[in-house]
Amino acid sequence: MTERLLDIDDLVVEYPGRRRGAPVRVLHGVSLDVRRGETVGLVGESGSGKTTLGRAVLGLAPVAGGSIRYGGRDIAHLSRTERRSLATEIQVVFQDPYSSLNPAMTIEQVLTEPLTARRAGGAALSRADAGRRVRDLLDQVHLPAGAGDRLPREFSGGQRQRIAIARALALEPRLIVCDEPVSALDLSTQARVLALFREIQERTGVAYLFVSHDLAVVRHLSHRVAVLYRGEIVEWGDGDQVTSRPEHPYTQRLLLAAPVPEPVAQEQRRADRHRLLETQRQQDEQAGVLA
Amino acid sequence: MLRFVLRRLAAGVVLVVVIAVATFFLLHAAGGDIGRRILGQTASAETVQFKNQQLGLDQPLLSQFGHWLSGAVRGDLGTSWFSGQPVVDAITSRTAVTLSLVIGATLVTAVIAVLLGVLAAQRGGWVDRVVQLASVLGTAVPGFLVAIGLVLVFAIDLGWFEPTGYTSLSDSAGGWLAAITLPVLALSIGSIASVTQQVRGAMLDALRQDWVRTLRSRGLPESRVVYEHVLRNAAGPALSVLAVQFIALIGGAIFVETIFAIPGLGQVAVGATSQGDIPLVLGLVIAVSLLVVVVNLVVDLLQGWLNPKVRRA
Amino acid sequence: MTAALPLGPTPAVSTARVPLLRRLVRNPTGVVALVWLVLIVLAAVLAPLLAPHDPATASARDVLAPPGGAYPLGADSSGRDILSRLLFASRVSLTGAATTVVVAAALGISAGLIAGYHGRRFESVASWVASLIMSLNAVVVLLAVRSVLGPSMVGAMAVFGVLIAPAFYRVVAAAVSGVRHELYVDAARVAGLSDSRIIARHVLTVVRAPAIILAAGIAGIAIAISAGLDFLGLGDPGRPSWGGMLNAAFGVIYRAPLQLLWPSAAIGLTCIALVLLGNALRDELERSAGPAPRRRRGRTAAAVTVATEPVVVHEEPVGARGGDLLRIQSLSVGYDQPDGSVTTVVRDVSFTVRRGEVHGLIGESGSGKTQTAWSILRLLPPGGRIVGGTIEFEDADLASASNRQMTALRGAKIAYVPQEPMSNLDPAFTIGHQLTEPLRLTLGIGAAEARERALALLTRVGIPDPPRTYAAYPHQISGGMAQRVLIAGAVSCNPDLLIADEPTTALDVTVQAEVLDLLRDLRAEFDMGVLLVTHDLGVVADLCDRVSVMRAGRIVETGPTRSLFADPRHEYTRALFDAVLEDGPARGPLIDTDPTTTADTATATQGARP
Repeated sequence: MTERLLDIDDLVVEYPGRRRGAPVRVLHGVSLDVRRGETVGLVGESGSGKTTLGRAVLGLAPVAGGSIRYGGRDIAHLSRTERRSLATEIQVVFQDPYSSLNPAMTIEQVLTEPLTARRAGGAALSRADAGRRVRDLLDQVHLPAGAGDRLPREFSGGQRQRIAIARALALEPRLIVCDEPVSALDLSTQARVLALFREIQERTGVAYLFVSHDLAVVRHLSHRVAVLYRGEIVEWGDGDQVTSRPEHPYTQRLLLAAPVPEPVAQEQRRADRHRLLETQRQQDEQAGVLA
Repeated sequence: MLRFVLRRLAAGVVLVVVIAVATFFLLHAAGGDIGRRILGQTASAETVQFKNQQLGLDQPLLSQFGHWLSGAVRGDLGTSWFSGQPVVDAITSRTAVTLSLVIGATLVTAVIAVLLGVLAAQRGGWVDRVVQLASVLGTAVPGFLVAIGLVLVFAIDLGWFEPTGYTSLSDSAGGWLAAITLPVLALSIGSIASVTQQVRGAMLDALRQDWVRTLRSRGLPESRVVYEHVLRNAAGPALSVLAVQFIALIGGAIFVETIFAIPGLGQVAVGATSQGDIPLVLGLVIAVSLLVVVVNLVVDLLQGWLNPKVRRA
Repeated sequence: MTAALPLGPTPAVSTARVPLLRRLVRNPTGVVALVWLVLIVLAAVLAPLLAPHDPATASARDVLAPPGGAYPLGADSSGRDILSRLLFASRVSLTGAATTVVVAAALGISAGLIAGYHGRRFESVASWVASLIMSLNAVVVLLAVRSVLGPSMVGAMAVFGVLIAPAFYRVVAAAVSGVRHELYVDAARVAGLSDSRIIARHVLTVVRAPAIILAAGIAGIAIAISAGLDFLGLGDPGRPSWGGMLNAAFGVIYRAPLQLLWPSAAIGLTCIALVLLGNALRDELERSAGPAPRRRRGRTAAAVTVATEPVVVHEEPVGARGGDLLRIQSLSVGYDQPDGSVTTVVRDVSFTVRRGEVHGLIGESGSGKTQTAWSILRLLPPGGRIVGGTIEFEDADLASASNRQMTALRGAKIAYVPQEPMSNLDPAFTIGHQLTEPLRLTLGIGAAEARERALALLTRVGIPDPPRTYAAYPHQISGGMAQRVLIAGAVSCNPDLLIADEPTTALDVTVQAEVLDLLRDLRAEFDMGVLLVTHDLGVVADLCDRVSVMRAGRIVETGPTRSLFADPRHEYTRALFDAVLEDGPARGPLIDTDPTTTADTATATQGARP
């Protein structure tokens, strides 16, 4: 059986409230695991807490309860220094290809940043080493070697996302948290970037925790899928099953709400959705009467 | 709404108290032989000591503070060491003069700056460039230079106004107007310049918002979009900078009053500081702080009226 | 395979990498200001060498001597050489300004860095202190300080530095907390950079430029203040100062007005030079930031260089024709460039919208679809205009209609639903006001009737508690509700044509489905023609009767939705459909994680996408 790389158990995340108010609980006890080389899709709408879950794994969100175990070690409450040693294990690709790259830094500086961080005292790499490493990383994401001395603004959204992926790969991590990495991209660019994600995974065996609002994207890339709704996982299991024959009423609504790009099929889906909403409403009413 | 006002008012009271206490101790800590300074080198040691006793300066600092504070809460800020006049009288008799300058300049600033700022933002092109250049120069040149220039040109060269002096409003409305025209102008130039920049920037920011297009798409005439919606959104930032300018104008009035020989707070302030008349200096600091608190409260209320999000804060 | 992507031509020199000082030297205003300031600094440093006289030596014979001879600028009311005094006085001004800037920067920048980066408690205390200091009157405080410290210019200017430090604090704290929320700082953290390295690499670089600009401005104010204090006679009378000289000259304003010129010029020009220097720095920085990255869909209209090719047209089913409501022919839209040229973003676009039908305009970012929609409303952003073609609507050509005609048509006949619900409501007015204002203006009805209609509309678009939403401000409602409000506003005056620009893109998918249902119902109810701009093939399939596919400013394929979806003919349309993931195969469960065995299958499954 494949080893568990990441094991999240009963995770609670709370952000401090404004002006001494009660803390805002964003995740209410979420449990999830990611195996080596696996993609776990995390799907939900705005406010579901999917991004927060990703950030908690990265140590960027305040954990109030539960545990996040990576390779058997609890990483939910690490100090900044302990956390830094995890940089070679867990990396990230963010949604916004514009704000995830410092506009004042060249691509080479962006890509060598993680490498220098690992070295004692932050000593710079030799120019030759850095150049070789940058060319190698750019090659992995299919960007030309000459891109290194350009600035981020000279690249399109899809190309910037490739650069962000290259940065995540620089430390050869075993897990990459992908926070909506393709939702800001055009359809055709999205397909190419997803193909790149898949190719890298199949080549390197890296695992993805892949956060998205788009059921179709998650289905395309994920071995297993978790559906988040208001800070709780409502459905979790095999990717194909969750995304095509969901059992939870919310997932069913989510699935039928996404329009199919085929007019006849969409007319059918729309009718199905209206029927489902009607059924669920009646069930709710009955539950209300019984209660 | 009432809670909002009370909270701001409480914050203002705290501010005045903090400033008063800090100023009291800083001024008194400097020490020196005050009796000697008041009476001059020729006075005998006994009279100097008597003077110090009379002023209560021989007592420990804390008890001096207690004495001053017990007076202050009853509205008595002591008497001037040099003239013997009660501090409150010395200040209140001059406040009206300074306020008429500062309020006049604020009104002039508000009207002209909004006109120029809106014009520059809406027209663009050369109008915008001229307004921008003028406002950069206006903010750069110190107010007292402007005042001196105005005296030279309009009072001495052209002789349109009296170069110095003041006529109170109760004596002659025309005289009052003539006396404050140049000082108000001198005070206003700098604040017009900075408020114009702010209004222009805020208008441009608001004009770039998506909802401007949507309002236009609803068939609202351009004038209505600009003067009702865009201006309303730009008014908040403009008001903030106007409040800052009001505080700065009180400082500017000190220079302008000196140049035009106007008997306002400025003259009192300059006299009191060069003499080291601590009760009077302290009184001035408190008076100005009170003024600032009142202005800030009014501005906060206006902001709440302009911006629905602030009301809840 | 996703092989190397073309990157376009390399720009000759990327301005961001040219040092700021060198760029400043190319800016004419910057050069003039810089030269003046360098001269002043040299004058201060070299004063003992340059001054023809001792600045303190008075000569009773030369009182108010005119310029010329032994006194190049004349002598003052005590018979001292004005030029020599000016030179020495620049030392007082410059040390004063330097003291203020150093104190203010040291306090303000360090506090701003801590508050901005670590936030929370320190920030709330520091902000309170800053606003307290800012509500002090600087001049009054300086006068009070003077009564304690005596005529010490350095002391007074240091205190002034404390008083003005909040300016640095606010700028720096805002810049830093802005950066702190940038994703690249998160990425740096995840990459294992220490806090100090993050501050050095990402934060200081952002703070540096605004801090320098601010320092220039503050130096100017400090020079004015120090001269002002000396002018009031509160400075050290033993040292020559610009303000003191101004005071002396003011005393003889009737006898020798020229005396005022020299200190005034020194003070005024130095202040102006500092402000202009700051402005020039800002201009150069803004220029090097280049065209700001345009993040939003629709704004990134790319230049069009595609050669003319025929539009693929699908045949209409027989008998399905209604009357044309909107007929666009050969429409081109361009943007004026600073160099006088025009960048065309929509070229030779023709299509029609019929009464009661939904016409989809689909394309990726930069395809010109939103530009087309805005040009129909004649609401293109500044610089944009229709450069060719006609837009026929109700016997009028909108491309050449007057602004007055357009204002009359908008809202009443042609309505608009925008993409981002939250940014499209004026935050300063209630929902009710924003709904009733166009009703009253366009239909000329009274307040009570308008209110009734607005409430009915809110009910119609599915808002649960209409009176509450009516009285609410935009920030008090959710995005889905806001989009319903915008739709209600659009249909409020019974328009014939509704232009919906990505009306569901910003919404969650479950809300999107409801809004699409609403649009479908309203279209039938009001018998409107709808032009629906979208990037989502699913939305087109759900709602559109006909569809036009746009790419790079042109329509490449058009026809009834069903036949175009069944048989996409243009290669670009096909590529779009190929990229669709909906109802594609799922990834399937994880079988083997050994990368050596999966590598072969990987290369086999790649390359499915062009």
